[in-house]
Amino acid sequence: MERREFLQKSILVIVGASVPLSALTMIDPKKVFAENPDIQWAFLVDTNKCVGCGFCVKACKTENDVPFEANVSRTWVERYVYTKDDKRYVDSPKAAQDGFTESRIDLGRGEYQEIDKANVGKAFFVPKLCNHCSSPACTQVCPVGATYKTDDGVVLVDRTWCIGCGYCIMACPYGARFFHPIAKVADKCTFCYHRLSKGLDSACVNACPFKARRMGNIHDKNDPITQLIMNERVGVLKDEFGTKPQAFYIGLAQEVR
Amino acid sequence: MSGFFSDLINVISAAILLWQEGERVKSHVWRPLYVVIAFVVAIVVFRFFYVPNDFGSGKRGFMYSYHRFSNEAEWKNQPAKYSVSGRERMHEYCSECHGEIVKVRTEKLHGIIPCEDCHGPAMQHPDNPEKLTIDRSRGLCLRCHTNLPYATSERHRIPGIDPKTHNTGIECVKCHNPHNPSLEGMK
Repeated sequence: MERREFLQKSILVIVGASVPLSALTMIDPKKVFAENPDIQWAFLVDTNKCVGCGFCVKACKTENDVPFEANVSRTWVERYVYTKDDKRYVDSPKAAQDGFTESRIDLGRGEYQEIDKANVGKAFFVPKLCNHCSSPACTQVCPVGATYKTDDGVVLVDRTWCIGCGYCIMACPYGARFFHPIAKVADKCTFCYHRLSKGLDSACVNACPFKARRMGNIHDKNDPITQLIMNERVGVLKDEFGTKPQAFYIGLAQEVR
Repeated sequence: MSGFFSDLINVISAAILLWQEGERVKSHVWRPLYVVIAFVVAIVVFRFFYVPNDFGSGKRGFMYSYHRFSNEAEWKNQPAKYSVSGRERMHEYCSECHGEIVKVRTEKLHGIIPCEDCHGPAMQHPDNPEKLTIDRSRGLCLRCHTNLPYATSERHRIPGIDPKTHNTGIECVKCHNPHNPSLEGMK
């Protein structure tokens, strides 16, 4: 064997040996996609359509066993009233679980503000819920790894692991978390993860008669909700916090935070 | 897991080095440090046995998704209570048995309201419960039909009454037909 031939053959052997076995298996793209379906759940709220009936809150509390008596809720509806003499009022009595059946504003602590009919400038309702942020502040602060973001974009709380310290409740800029009075852990909207995985709409989306609440896979360009988010003038809440919320709002006003 | 072992080895080797050094320096200076090291080792050992094996990070990395993986399945397996009564799909689900009333509803004004909003969750119906508890209360109707003077809101388009003056104390369904709410259809 000549020197040149020896070198050529040994290089070939080294190159052949360095190819890992896994590189030689054929990859079926369909199979790979089925194993890693690229789902990112996103929420779309059309504030123009909301009438403040609160059926969403009722359905959410029923579906997820959040007590009606306690003043906590995974989702809530806010009422914004602007008067002609330039005053602004916001309220959400009992998270609007019974809707808005009175024209007076609930100021909290049992105080109410009557607003003269003729003085109402503009008024509207805004449903709120967990924004399921891309960079959630709440999951960063958990000291025990009990709250986390799933690969399909939902922020969940591990009830067996949560110690109820309340850091996440303080960290959420949107006030979307609360202490569950029965489970004694931090609780929040799960996008009805149990319903999504069964192919159902979340309870609030299902209950809304006016289609003010909708949900879709933001990674699917053909999804009607993704189309709306891409084409409509949508906004997110508290963008400056850098949490990258995944709940988008049509018809946001500056006062809605 | 490899991180845990390398941590442990680091701690032990540091302890041995300090012990060798301690032979030369006065030992009472080092003794508190041994206590600290023993404390750290105890925590690491406790953690090894206490933390479940399926703890790890998802796609989002340690900062956002360090969690117990089996918890995802726990949430997924929660039973659903509400069925599919949303605007489009209630036709197929509820009209299997209640076709006539669903037809009346969808043709009239209240057709946009999902059945379960008033009739209650019906995932297991008709097995459990056999008969749904219908919310016939005045408060349910007032969610939409309280007159609020909000001309800029969609609420404005819904006919509203003043609950303090409009037949107080009587349930709405005594006079109005909730499935066909037009005033001609009044009982």
